[in-house]
Amino acid sequence: MLEIKNLHVKLEEEDKAILRGVDLTVEAGKVHAIMGPNGSGKSTLSYVLSGRDGYEVTEGSATLDGEELLDMEPEERAAIGLFLAFQYPVEIPGVGNMTFLRTAVNAQRKARGEEEVSAGDFLKLIREKAKALKIDADMLKRPVNVGFSGGEKKRNEILQMAMLEPKMCILDETDSGLDVDAMKLVADGVNALRDEGRAFLVITHYQRLLNHIRPDVVHIMSEGRIVQTGGPELALEVEENGYGNILEGAA
Amino acid sequence: MAADPKQQATEERLAALTLPEGGGWLGAARKDALGRLEAVRLPGRRDEYWRYTNPAPLVQAAPALDVPDQVEDPFEGVDALVVTIDGDNIEIPGELPAGLEIGTLADAARADIHWAKELYGHREAAGSRPVSRPLAMLNSAFATNGLVIRATGKVAMPIHVRTGGGTDPILHHLVKVETGASVTVLESGIAGARSNIVTEIDVADDGTFHHIRVDGPTRARHGNTHLFARLGAESTFKSFTLSAHGELTRNEAVVELTGDDAVSHIAGAAFGQGDFHHDDTVFVIHDAENCESRQVYKKVLRDGAVGVFQGKILVKEGAQKTDGYQISQSLLLDDDSVFLAKPELEIYADDVACSHGSTTGAIDETALFYLRSRGVPERAATDLLVLSFLAEALEEIEDETLRANISGRLADWLSRD
Ligand SMILES: Nc1ncnc2c1ncn2[C@@H]1O[C@H](COP(=O)(O)OP(=O)(O)OP(=O)(O)O)[C@@H](O)[C@H]1O
Ligand SMILES: [Mg+2]
Repeated sequence: MLEIKNLHVKLEEEDKAILRGVDLTVEAGKVHAIMGPNGSGKSTLSYVLSGRDGYEVTEGSATLDGEELLDMEPEERAAIGLFLAFQYPVEIPGVGNMTFLRTAVNAQRKARGEEEVSAGDFLKLIREKAKALKIDADMLKRPVNVGFSGGEKKRNEILQMAMLEPKMCILDETDSGLDVDAMKLVADGVNALRDEGRAFLVITHYQRLLNHIRPDVVHIMSEGRIVQTGGPELALEVEENGYGNILEGAA
Repeated sequence: MAADPKQQATEERLAALTLPEGGGWLGAARKDALGRLEAVRLPGRRDEYWRYTNPAPLVQAAPALDVPDQVEDPFEGVDALVVTIDGDNIEIPGELPAGLEIGTLADAARADIHWAKELYGHREAAGSRPVSRPLAMLNSAFATNGLVIRATGKVAMPIHVRTGGGTDPILHHLVKVETGASVTVLESGIAGARSNIVTEIDVADDGTFHHIRVDGPTRARHGNTHLFARLGAESTFKSFTLSAHGELTRNEAVVELTGDDAVSHIAGAAFGQGDFHHDDTVFVIHDAENCESRQVYKKVLRDGAVGVFQGKILVKEGAQKTDGYQISQSLLLDDDSVFLAKPELEIYADDVACSHGSTTGAIDETALFYLRSRGVPERAATDLLVLSFLAEALEEIEDETLRANISGRLADWLSRD
């Protein structure tokens, strides 16, 4: 589904290479996890895939079901099914959460040549999905992420994902800042979306989330590269011994 | 000696106007205003008060633009008493609710309406101290008509004044809110290619006046308005203006709080692009204790548009416990647009809490990316962020239904080009 080949990325403003040849393939129906020390380039990878400004791709490619992502505008990437749950979800005062989501859902549908959802159907759907994530009506009405607690923001990201039904979901530290119960809610939200036609790339520092969302493959990223790939046991090793051994072995 | 350009401009403009007929109290008020105008003359480029806005299009003998097409009704669907001003023709509903009187200035001139006589030109003259407002003086002298509105009770249904059909209209409205009464006035429509509208408002003790004005979205128009208000004790004055486009707009407001515990909120949300020059000039005078005033102005500027804000809060000696707040902000959507702000506080009482601020910013790139990453195209995402920026000003509209109505209108207009 997602195929990243030899991806090199530097900052637009300065000569600083951040990704130095990332190779990664995520197959449909699978959950891949990426772990790695702070500053190794995990968020950068997620931003470059979703089209954030400020980065320059100097080499390589990234395709979603064969379509080159790196040439597309962020909204086009979203419309073909890419979704990023932000490490730091953004507050947008004055724009209601529900208005925002309906605008997003309909914009994507329009881009795909589908019909817009009616206000009534949308309301029904969002209520149902919000309930599962314990997001109340008040949070839906409030401005996007404004005054939400850290955990509420993360649950709101998952709600957006559930409403947009992307095929490639990237979760950047969605577990950080969550209490044990919220983590369970988020994991349930993700698991409910797991399906043959959908893939996940889960960026995390902790094994705990991976107990709830069982990954098929675990990658370790360091200094802008994937330095090791293995099964779920790799995450356990990180949890127990840190990155020391793995990075040494890779060097 | 070279001719004084202000003198010359004033003479040219006055030569093109005739004092409307009729003596009585209105005739006397007109003559008084003309005298005051001749003493100060029409504004010129060099006047300090017109430093950021060139008054020439508002001053010159004839309007520079053709009469624009009338625009859609922004208050469509709002239950209101509709009063239409179509050129010189004013239509007022035959039946009015209890506690409300509406007439025309022309009719009032022939009658001995005590309160109108006391208000006409007097608030305006008071508002010209210390800075003269010659375009308002011109208005008081030459206004061809206007509305004379008096609320003696709590009027639930808003009055919607829909103005159009003029070329170069000079309209002068009077509003009197009696003790304990309340009324809401909505204004819409493009009055003319160029317009000069003055509204003098007197809110007696414990009275409430709400005002919502929607201007636009035609581009080709030159407009100048003045609101002059006096607030009695425990009274409330709330005025909000939405401006969509317009080549030149100068909206002035002078509010004097003369009774204790009065509240004055004035707000404006404006957006425009290219040939857009929008000036809000506001003067709030605290002359009583324990009053609250708030000014919230937001402008969104694109493609070389210019926004101006001049705002002053004056707290007179003895106006203790004044709570004054003023914010003016602009969102510049490109490097060609400019926002010029001159916020001022002048305080002569020692026990007050006043604050003011002014900011200029660009679109938040992170927020823009967040929206786009959810599939919202760049232009629509920008529009959402513009709405987000303007939201604080719209919050000043107290009535939720009206606020939602205006917010929807704004979103629609934003998405059009
Ligand atoms: N816009 C930027 N300007 C300057 N430096 C940047 C920028 N974006 C990323 N970097 C740098 O690139 C490196 C990788 O950052 P990135 O956020 O991708 O790391 P990460 O693996 O997500 O870290 P963490 O685990 O702490 O979230 C860091 O050294 C970071 O400081
Ligand atoms: Mg990160």
